Amino acid sequence: MADRRPRGGEVVLEIKGLHASAGGAAILKGIDLAVRAGEVHAVMGPNGSGKSTLAGALAGRPAVEITAGELLFEGEPLAGLAPEERARRGIFLAFQYPVEIPGVTNAYFMKAALNALRRHRGEEELDAMDFLALARQKVSLVDMDEKLLNRAVNEGFSGGEKKRNEVLQMLLLEPRFAILDETDSGLDIDALRIVANGVNALRSPRRAMIVITHYQRLLEYIVPDFVHVLVDGQIAHSGGKELALELEQKGYGWLEVAPAGAGAAS
Amino acid sequence: MSALEAARDHYLGQLAALRTSLGEGPAWLAALREEARETFAAEGFPHPRLEEWRYTNLAGLAKLRLELAPPGPARVSEAELEGLAFPLFACSNTTFVDGRFAPELSVPRTLAGELRVESLAELRARAPERLEPHLGRVASLKQHPFASLNTAFLDDGAALVVPPGATAVQPAHVVFLASREGVQHPRVLLVAGAGSRVSLIQDHVSLPAAAGFTNSLTEVLAGPGAQVDLVLVQREGAGNFHVSNLQVRQERDSRVAVHTLSLGGRLVRNDAVAVLADEGAELALRGLFVGGGSQLVDNHTLVDHAMPRGTSRELYKGILGGRARGVFRGRVVVRPDAQRTDAWQSNPNVLLSDGAEVDSKPQLEIYADDVRCSHGSSIGRLDDDALFYLRTRGIAEPAAREILTLGFAAEILLALPAPALGEALSELLGERLRGLSADPEGAA
Repeated sequence: MADRRPRGGEVVLEIKGLHASAGGAAILKGIDLAVRAGEVHAVMGPNGSGKSTLAGALAGRPAVEITAGELLFEGEPLAGLAPEERARRGIFLAFQYPVEIPGVTNAYFMKAALNALRRHRGEEELDAMDFLALARQKVSLVDMDEKLLNRAVNEGFSGGEKKRNEVLQMLLLEPRFAILDETDSGLDIDALRIVANGVNALRSPRRAMIVITHYQRLLEYIVPDFVHVLVDGQIAHSGGKELALELEQKGYGWLEVAPAGAGAAS
Repeated sequence: MSALEAARDHYLGQLAALRTSLGEGPAWLAALREEARETFAAEGFPHPRLEEWRYTNLAGLAKLRLELAPPGPARVSEAELEGLAFPLFACSNTTFVDGRFAPELSVPRTLAGELRVESLAELRARAPERLEPHLGRVASLKQHPFASLNTAFLDDGAALVVPPGATAVQPAHVVFLASREGVQHPRVLLVAGAGSRVSLIQDHVSLPAAAGFTNSLTEVLAGPGAQVDLVLVQREGAGNFHVSNLQVRQERDSRVAVHTLSLGGRLVRNDAVAVLADEGAELALRGLFVGGGSQLVDNHTLVDHAMPRGTSRELYKGILGGRARGVFRGRVVVRPDAQRTDAWQSNPNVLLSDGAEVDSKPQLEIYADDVRCSHGSSIGRLDDDALFYLRTRGIAEPAAREILTLGFAAEILLALPAPALGEALSELLGERLRGLSADPEGAA
């Protein structure tokens, strides 16, 4: 069902017959999807359809258990890879609910993350000065208050600041493949535009993205190549960017593949 | 005879042999020592049946027949000491090796005017009248038996008597180094005159081969309006027994902050007693204790609000791995006269392993009616969501755990009086945590 018209890039991520459960409940019930270099795929769907579980499965969230199927990143299976190993290969998850970490400054955290990736790539680590110079440059792209670099990670940040902070990390780490999990939720239109600009700054023929969203609104700013609708753990429909508009008008009801997944978690 | 009785007799025997050499000096000091000896002889080593000692089993210590260091200069090289020094941290330095002042290893910078840390042994020989009004006046010998044991052996130690109004421009760093297997009774006297300001770092370290018993007693008198920062750093090796006794007396409107960092040792017992003896005194007691292997860190505090308008803030944070055990017993007493007291106490703990344990018991005893008091404690693990978050950014799990644990400790480290000290201790804590995770089951 998934639309697989190639845009010319090689397949970065391939999901084959993915079944996954969380907290003992089956959430994902057979997902097939291929994301090629240069593409942005939007994944939409009602609450509880499995969008965040899909994000968790890709990033290696321990609470998400893959029960069947396969995830291939750059042709290699992700199964058994720790979250940090996935990150080092170039996978990035922008969290729906960024975690607050008291006592750890944002700058320290991001420098540790960037240097972990640089070490993995055999590059020299950045010292505090070089890191700060780089961070400042990226901070301006997301129109974030520079002072937030010296605050504890996400602690006391507003909803918008937290999301900008996610995009800032993405800009610093420059992943090959990014999953944005409802990065638009809780943002006003200005913040949404800024976050989208940050994301668009990273679009390139080499990179690929999955943008998970509940609303069509974000897709006016991050224009996807494909839109997939997730209903009860399966892709119920795939199409081009115009599908998002259709969903906005008609809702999700017409797409349901099965009786609404009672008890399903997002 | 029980092991505890045998240990008492061992130390009493040492005292009897020492009497001639310790007998030098003024009569008041001899009387103080004798009173202490009698108290210790009567009480002996505390038995684990005593409520205050139920977690601190001293059987292992009692079995050791530890001796005092022989007289004569210390046999520690500057290079050995250098290896233990805090990096980035230059200030006046007064070093004691196995309890005795080591001038050749000290950097006697003045702190303000002529003010500097002095050796108690030198001072009692040269100007005992400067010690007489203070030494042994704050510490209660009955507070626990180790206070009397320390005082019975009172010989050398650090004295810092700050004249009224003086402001020490840099912290005084006092190092107590254990260089050999043996016992030492470090003593610190800190007197802050009216309106003075002073910071003192009391740093307990050991050479790798040293194992033994450190029985320290620190007396602090904060005069009216004085501001005192005291940092107790315990970073002795994994074979050391460390008993730390701190007794503080605060006069009117004085401000005292104590930072106790227990980062080493085999058994650490911290007792801190602070009496807010006059109106408007402010006290902060901050502690960070880290245990691994089969270590015990046992913290007992008593904040005694005796007079009105006192403020106390107490925060002890515990980090325990392996099969280590941590204890926090914090008592806050608000006496009938202590109206408008504001007291707060908190003891959050994080356990890094299944085998680690914490017993936390905050305790408020309030006898006044117009007061604001609260307390709490918690025991938890590192947050799984935070761990996952860091790992999705490429940070390996052990490093992620270390970052979160250091984050937990940061509140204590950031409150230290010298930022460089906080950085150095953060490094030290990082090393300690890597040691803990290398030995998750506490096999060592």
